[in-house]
Amino acid sequence: MAQRERWIAVLIVLPSILLIAIFVYGFIGWTAAVSFSEWDGIVPDYTWAGFENYNQLFNSASVAGRRFTIDLWNTLFFTIFFLLICIAIGLLLAILLDQKIKGEGIFRTIYLFPMAISFVVTGVVWQWIFAPGTASRPRGVNALLNMAGLDSLRWGWFTDTTEIGVFHVALIPVIIAAAWQLIGYTMAMYLAGLRGVPEELREAARVDGATEIYIYRNIVLPILRPITLSALIFLGHISLKIFDLIYTMTGKGPGFVTDVPGIFMFETTFQGNHYAQGAAISSIMFVMVALVIVPYLIFSLRQEVEI
Amino acid sequence: MKFRFSFSRLVIYGLLFLFAFIFLIPIYVLVSSSLKTFAEVQDLSQLWNPPSGFYLESFRSAWFGVPEKGLRGLAQNLLNSFYLTVPATIISSLLGSLNGYVFSKWRFKGSNIIFPLMLFGMFIPYQSILIPLTQTLARVGLGGTLWGLILVHVVYGIPITTLIFRNYYAEVPIEMIEAARIDGAGIFGVYARILFPLSIPGFVVVIIWQFTNIWNEFLFAVSILQKAELQPITVALRNLSGSQIKEWNLVMAGAVIAALPTLIIYIVMSRYFIRGLLAGSVKG
Amino acid sequence: MSRKTMFRSLLVTLLVAATLLSACGTAAEPVAEELAGSVEIFSWWTAGGEADGLNAMYVVFDSLYPDIEIINATVAGGAGSNAKAVLATRMQSGDPPDSFQVHAGHELIDSWVVADAMEPVTFIFEENGWLDSYPPDVIDILSYDGEIWSVPVNIHRSNVLWYNRAVFEENGLTVPTSFDEFFAAAEVLSEAGVIPLALGDNGIWTAVHLFESVLLGSMGPEAYRGLWDGTTDWAGPEVAEALDTFAMMMEYVNEDHAALSWDQAAQYVADGDAAMTIMGDWAEGYFKSIGLTPDVEFGWAPSPGTAGSFIMLSDSFGLPLNAPNRENAIAWLIVCGSQEGQDAFNPLKGSIPARTDGDRSLYDVYLQSAMDDFATNAIVPSLAHGAAASEGWSTSVSDVMTFFITDLDVTAAQAGLVQACVDAGVCE
Repeated sequence: MAQRERWIAVLIVLPSILLIAIFVYGFIGWTAAVSFSEWDGIVPDYTWAGFENYNQLFNSASVAGRRFTIDLWNTLFFTIFFLLICIAIGLLLAILLDQKIKGEGIFRTIYLFPMAISFVVTGVVWQWIFAPGTASRPRGVNALLNMAGLDSLRWGWFTDTTEIGVFHVALIPVIIAAAWQLIGYTMAMYLAGLRGVPEELREAARVDGATEIYIYRNIVLPILRPITLSALIFLGHISLKIFDLIYTMTGKGPGFVTDVPGIFMFETTFQGNHYAQGAAISSIMFVMVALVIVPYLIFSLRQEVEI
Repeated sequence: MKFRFSFSRLVIYGLLFLFAFIFLIPIYVLVSSSLKTFAEVQDLSQLWNPPSGFYLESFRSAWFGVPEKGLRGLAQNLLNSFYLTVPATIISSLLGSLNGYVFSKWRFKGSNIIFPLMLFGMFIPYQSILIPLTQTLARVGLGGTLWGLILVHVVYGIPITTLIFRNYYAEVPIEMIEAARIDGAGIFGVYARILFPLSIPGFVVVIIWQFTNIWNEFLFAVSILQKAELQPITVALRNLSGSQIKEWNLVMAGAVIAALPTLIIYIVMSRYFIRGLLAGSVKG
Repeated sequence: MSRKTMFRSLLVTLLVAATLLSACGTAAEPVAEELAGSVEIFSWWTAGGEADGLNAMYVVFDSLYPDIEIINATVAGGAGSNAKAVLATRMQSGDPPDSFQVHAGHELIDSWVVADAMEPVTFIFEENGWLDSYPPDVIDILSYDGEIWSVPVNIHRSNVLWYNRAVFEENGLTVPTSFDEFFAAAEVLSEAGVIPLALGDNGIWTAVHLFESVLLGSMGPEAYRGLWDGTTDWAGPEVAEALDTFAMMMEYVNEDHAALSWDQAAQYVADGDAAMTIMGDWAEGYFKSIGLTPDVEFGWAPSPGTAGSFIMLSDSFGLPLNAPNRENAIAWLIVCGSQEGQDAFNPLKGSIPARTDGDRSLYDVYLQSAMDDFATNAIVPSLAHGAAASEGWSTSVSDVMTFFITDLDVTAAQAGLVQACVDAGVCE
């Protein structure tokens, strides 16, 4: 390629590079800088504070530290269960749909369209569905249980402060709502992956006398592994930074049972005006996501170059 | 196709219907509530009861507003969402196409470091840049403006649109490019003559993906664009449900209205939507 | 101030007085025709009695200044949190409205005042002779650094105990005036299967609201005031006692308190499932909206231990520095602080005027008793509603309460409260 054309190529992408440099890396740097400052209140204050804000977040004697610890545990459990459900049920639905189903398009659409709806909308609906109501006037699922005569199964859902160790049961309705929204994603990925498995491979195995189940377990699923990895990464990073859905559906919850770093950051910054603390929380969120994404990007892009 | 009626088919269809039923529960709640009267929807212990009739008043109120109650209609907000989403989608798609072209066909020195660095932008938690973003926009005079939010969505859409187009153009055989070069086409010539005409499916995918995400986005919209007349529908909807009014049938009607454009696009174009999802993940 | 402005203010005051004396709502004739253009009023009063009250004030304003166009800039949602965020964006970009609704007291002072974004309105008070029309305690709450920073339109009372009269009668109880009496009554009610105290702390502010009543009831108004300027020790025994009392009260609260909002808790009282609830006087508005009559089905009293004290919160309007239409903004503020403006607003909102000379006949029986108390009680600022502390401080307290209300750990809560005061820069 001519040298001149190389330069033109660079010029074409230059605006995007500059914009990303500023709006992503510049801002992350700025936020990190603020996280080392004393800015607390409407008026900016860039006095150097060292690691004070970070220390506070990890100091279990302070309210902020206790809250942040809960946030991290909530994020961990939310992520694990959310990923498990999305992958397992997404795969199941994909396998089911792969069986030459009449009306596959309709089923596919039903499973997929939660993705097209805003978290803000679904947050409200799920809030209603899981709102416990009062003892005399149960609501949502509790109302259904009441109607079915299963009153003993009624519980506080996302207002319930029960803990199993460090796991807050109030996260369960939130996990269900988030999974509902995104199972379609894993389903679609797996479905496309399944479609990509050469039919000859399967036929050959069938001719050799293998059962469908054997074919799935030993031929198809291994081929889907890269998709599983992709899905884990994509969904994983969403769950690490989740905000809209939980904020709309439950807020931080009693005793912070459904609190996550995203909500903590939003409240402390935009309601409490504790800008430095908010920046510290953001920076930690950023590092958490980076720890997941960076190795993955390096790994997959290197693979592409090899091919 | 033989109609295989066996136990396993029964189980398969049974499971599919079961999940479809579960998946549709929230939709049922949404739609049935929007069709109820205020009295019916007020008593949330009756959440599961179907509406007594096709009461469309909530839609009318949600759309036009109820001035006596200080309720601005969502019509303006729906329009705002279009004013926001359409330009942002078009601009970010074009940028993505050009960028994808360069990264797939015109590798320059350092482009395989720059590309992942650019990609990384789509993974960051938006909270981590929210403060400097609002401050910077305010400082350049775009704070609280529609164009400020459009800019934001364009910038943060660049990584994903670039990725989708890069993967898409990577499929274009190098021979076609070579042929055009031999004919004397330069860098823009190749784009205009070969790639752009081929890009329609790519654009469809990118436009659907971007439209859906920008339309449904809440955090940037609520932080940046707060004058009520300018708010897109996701924010206006949140205000509705957070206000003291608590007329839930209105809120649900509003939510249906808010979800309609993306749902329609989705149902009509679901095949392309799925393709967009697949292209959106870096193939491992 | 310029003589022109003083003259104009005087004319307005005279006109307002004349209008009142004429005992009908129409203005004699428009004054200050030179005032034209527009004025942008920013608030979160988008619905209900608040919006009605605001519109009534607009009517008063309009009659005085027909040539000024009122731009009603409202932001809905989140009981003002959205509006505050919008305001912050606008103020920081140098695009202030002409006047904005803000809680009187430290919410304003510790934000826009210390950021040098506001103009003091002491001159408006002085020119209109308002220093005699407002209780000195209120002027105190509005002031900082020797200046007054906003004009209060209304006063709400926070420390009110609402109770179901029938339930009390059935159980042979009288309204408790002290914590001891409260707990005695609570025991009786528990035995009878009635929830003694209804609480709906979904959103946690109601827990802070309850806590400030307990603080006041525990330590009295002087010590309570001292909490906010560092003279009362947050680590001291009085605060510990208040936390203990709060923890004891929680034993008599409905189990589902975390899932309910304040009005759902009030509904318990209305239905007779619960006997009492401690909530601001907007609870009266709720009771009336479901068809109950004050002093018939429901009664009220100062929350236990707080008789003689009035925890106030107030919606007020300020004067941003570099307001685009400063003269019109000042005109608006004068209407806000005037008797006519306040008497137009408050009956519709369900609050009482910040002035002491409101027309009693316009207010219902509860509000009249509130006005009486307001005129005689010690007035102290509310924590939960922006008067006593900055937003940063009050969100810190909210976080402490979020933990405390679930774990009832007094020691941890007190440590958290001490830290909150230190972080706010008021305590050492």
